[in-house]
Amino acid sequence: MSDIKITITDREGVAHEVDAPTDMNMNLMEVVRSYELAPEGTIGICGGMAMCASCQCYVQSDHQLPEKSDDEDAMLAEAFFVKDNSRLGCQIHIAEDLDGLKVELAPAED
Amino acid sequence: MVKTDILIIGAGPTGLFAVFEAGLLQLKCHLIDALPQPGGQCSEIYPKKPIYDIPGYPEVLAGELVDNLMEQIKPFQPGFTLGERAETIEKQEDGSFVVTTNKGTQHQAPVVAIAGGLGSFEPRKPLLDNLSKYEDNGVAYMIKEPEMYRNKKVLIAGGGDSALDWSIFLADVASEVTLVHRRNEFRGALDSVEKVQHLKNEGKINLITPGEVVALHGANQLEKVTVKNTDTDQDIDVEVDYFIPLFGLSPKLGPIANWGLEIEKNAIKVDNTLDYQTNVPGIYAIGDVNTYPGKLKLILCGFHEATLMCQSAYQRIHPDKKYVMKYTTVGGVTGFDGSKKEAPKAVVKAID
Repeated sequence: MSDIKITITDREGVAHEVDAPTDMNMNLMEVVRSYELAPEGTIGICGGMAMCASCQCYVQSDHQLPEKSDDEDAMLAEAFFVKDNSRLGCQIHIAEDLDGLKVELAPAED
Repeated sequence: MVKTDILIIGAGPTGLFAVFEAGLLQLKCHLIDALPQPGGQCSEIYPKKPIYDIPGYPEVLAGELVDNLMEQIKPFQPGFTLGERAETIEKQEDGSFVVTTNKGTQHQAPVVAIAGGLGSFEPRKPLLDNLSKYEDNGVAYMIKEPEMYRNKKVLIAGGGDSALDWSIFLADVASEVTLVHRRNEFRGALDSVEKVQHLKNEGKINLITPGEVVALHGANQLEKVTVKNTDTDQDIDVEVDYFIPLFGLSPKLGPIANWGLEIEKNAIKVDNTLDYQTNVPGIYAIGDVNTYPGKLKLILCGFHEATLMCQSAYQRIHPDKKYVMKYTTVGGVTGFDGSKKEAPKAVVKAID
């Protein structure tokens, strides 16, 4: 079992360095939920189908992330608070090359 | 006043299946849902997506699951109040509850089962300073009466099916239709995208992409909106009578949060050792809306919770009766509509 370190800044601006497993088929949204870094019901509402933007985050480190799928791209086109470095956490698969990743959660809608 | 045995709030898979289990106990159900169609998230968010963990179905589309549930509960003639949100609950002297919707429809039942999922789906509103000032004064989040827009100037924002479909529809009704979307690409049925392209070429739809509405103007009534072209950063003012942002829906726990129920992590706490009852006797919470130690938000768990809730509701409604669970294979299914389904009887015949 191998873990990587990820720094996640929550919606209150507090940074958390957490261990994320690479062997459990997890995505970034699920890591945030497993550490309860955002209240239940405010993140991962659609369950990880790129059909809501509740897991939107800003990628702050310069890791090479997989390209956005059409679904993710379209969802981000309709989301609020979108920046150039916005991604949907549910579409970022936790893998070894993401060690040291730094992200900040986008604000919750209303 | 709608009267029933179990009033179910939320017509998602859990709420629908509760109708079946209640029906086996000869209890009638009525469902309230804020969405205009039954099925909850399965119909609204992902009808075309497959689900793989419904027992007995190696694969089923969410929309198909809803169709099947509707078919399964048909004999029990559930009532529906759709497109209305349950707003208030009042306990009556006889122990029953009266639930009133945002449109004033009243429902009375001795048992209320909240199967509200993540809450009621509300339109996502764009982040604009004076938006609320113009709500009902030119800003609308859904189109209820298309005739309202006859010979008016309408601006629609959004990039999904509803933005495309309404732009196409209103092109023939309104005097002017402007469609604004943040991208050049639209995510909708190919057919709709092509139609909008065609209407744009004909000059019937004024398309602004990539663009975003950034400001609203008007004394009391909406008169003008500012659209920023996000490529060039240039602002254009568009004179409009109506601005209709169609950015989809997002769920909110909403008024249920103020019903005096114990809430934890945006969900309603229930007794999972027995019957999924809340801290208010007679009010139950089943499916994704509830929480208890070890809770999993799965449809199959909702089905189980609905089943146990009905047993408890039966005891509450008929405290003097003893009920013994019967398999449907043994007892069959007798609908309130007079239909009866039962296992075929074995044939007893001698062999010569």
